[in-house]
Amino acid sequence: MRVSRGERLANYAILIAFAVFALYPVLTIVVAALGPDDAAGGQVGGGVLGLHPENFAKAWQDGHFGSYLRTSVVVSATVVVISVTLSILSGFAFGTMRFPGSTVLFYVFLLGIMMPSEAVVVPLYFDLRTLGLTDTLWAVVLPQVAQSVAFGTFWMRAYFRTSSRSLVEAARLDGASTRRILWSVLVPLARPAIVTLTVLVFMWTWNEFLIPLVMVISESLRTAPLGLAFFQGQYTQGFTLLAAGACIVATPVVLLYLFLQRHFIAGMLEGAVRE
Amino acid sequence: MSTQQVARARRTSTSPARARTRSAGPPGEPRRIAYLYLLPAFLVYAAFLLYPLGRAVQISLYDWDGNTLATWAGLDNYAEVVTDPALRAAFGHALVLVFFYAVLPLVVGLGLASILNRARVRGLPFFRTVIFLPQVVAMVVIGVAWRRLYAPDGSVNDLLRAVGLDSLARGWLGDYTAALPAVGFIGTWFEIGLVTVLLLAGMGRIPGELYEAARLDGAGPVREFFAVTLPSVRGEIAVALTLTVIAALRTFDLVYITTRGGPGQSTSVPSFEVYNRAFQQGRVGSAAAVAVVLTLIIFVISFGITRVAEREGA
Repeated sequence: MRVSRGERLANYAILIAFAVFALYPVLTIVVAALGPDDAAGGQVGGGVLGLHPENFAKAWQDGHFGSYLRTSVVVSATVVVISVTLSILSGFAFGTMRFPGSTVLFYVFLLGIMMPSEAVVVPLYFDLRTLGLTDTLWAVVLPQVAQSVAFGTFWMRAYFRTSSRSLVEAARLDGASTRRILWSVLVPLARPAIVTLTVLVFMWTWNEFLIPLVMVISESLRTAPLGLAFFQGQYTQGFTLLAAGACIVATPVVLLYLFLQRHFIAGMLEGAVRE
Repeated sequence: MSTQQVARARRTSTSPARARTRSAGPPGEPRRIAYLYLLPAFLVYAAFLLYPLGRAVQISLYDWDGNTLATWAGLDNYAEVVTDPALRAAFGHALVLVFFYAVLPLVVGLGLASILNRARVRGLPFFRTVIFLPQVVAMVVIGVAWRRLYAPDGSVNDLLRAVGLDSLARGWLGDYTAALPAVGFIGTWFEIGLVTVLLLAGMGRIPGELYEAARLDGAGPVREFFAVTLPSVRGEIAVALTLTVIAALRTFDLVYITTRGGPGQSTSVPSFEVYNRAFQQGRVGSAAAVAVVLTLIIFVISFGITRVAEREGA
């Protein structure tokens, strides 16, 4: 499409303005985290080329962000592995097999995509407390597995439905068992869909706040966002270490996003489009 | 590649397995084995989402402090959602947030996306990466960043003073009238990228002939937008509204980090009331009722917007 030079220039101006708007709050934190520690006198200068990467080491140690990050890694990895595996199994059933009740069951799963954590966190807390399970990793992991499985079932079903009906039939006629059809034929082909599901579940779990907030008491079980929230409440001497902590919390997902942004964008947009 | 997969499956399949699947009949027939594949996912889902949802409904019918014996309350907790000024205010605040999370980003996103769609400028992929970035940053981190920007000596006030609007400068999150719009604006910032990228994808699928036809009819950019662009992205608009409205209604992390519902009650929202009542005030029944009402509203909106989009698209 042909547009005038003036319009093109105006477009670039708008583009840059919105890019700056989107980045500015994020950059504020990065800049503050690399600046002189405002709680420790805060002289300008010094550091490495005027930057102060030692703030991150301080936040990691004194702010316990190292420990929070470890918990988050364990929680996210567990949720991702369990929920992606279960979603592949259930998506396979919905996507390639016909059985009585499949429609009703699928709508029941769809309900879970829309169900907010707020709806279930209250009864979950009190029931898990009765079972003595609060303040354990399982109390943080299992509710999130349930949420991810609801979406994952929907996501993998959509993939298995569109993919290769003839392939499944060919394999079946060749005598491949159902299990082999799934793991040797369909799953290798579904790798892009599985990667998308994996990064989405990882992001949601990593960034989740309400469930760990409610379920966890011990400091050693705090996930990264939870640790940051508590740090913000307790550490009022300055902003530098808080900013460094915020950077540490955000970095894993942001890095993954920079490498796999197609998967993030496609998943978050297509995942929302119901059939 | 696909034929290789089949070949590998063929090589490794054993004859007993062949006999078994043969007897199971042609593909597509009802298979009981499907239930086996569903079972693990369904068990976790039922135990940790469905059952708690049912329990939430049950708890909402009782007066319960979380420790001592609960007493039957019937629908009192639901009546309270309508009559309690604090809860009514919370739902009212959620409506204000809907404007900031959904309406404002949609208007901005429509403008931005149609401008970018008209003139394919360079650097569009980079722009998309940047503007979508807020979506992947933890809300807690976003809250920490914006608290800084809204501080009395923060960037927002610096900007206002730089353009001569000193009188507007204030401690935004501590101000009774400014706090809610200030929190809402964070939502606008957060959702603009999602909406814009979604609309850009939709506009990219509009056939170029439609625009050429419009131009031959002498349509300018504005007519072109209303006659061609807007009707073509109706589906994307519905998706964008569903996502952003639900995000607005579910706001919790942001309020918890930036204001804790304050000053006073001026930024309390339903999700925050659920948390507050259940875990701070010991009014678990009331919290459950708020949660159930919120969930129902979200279900209705999800189904409603999708249905409207389907009917109009058909």
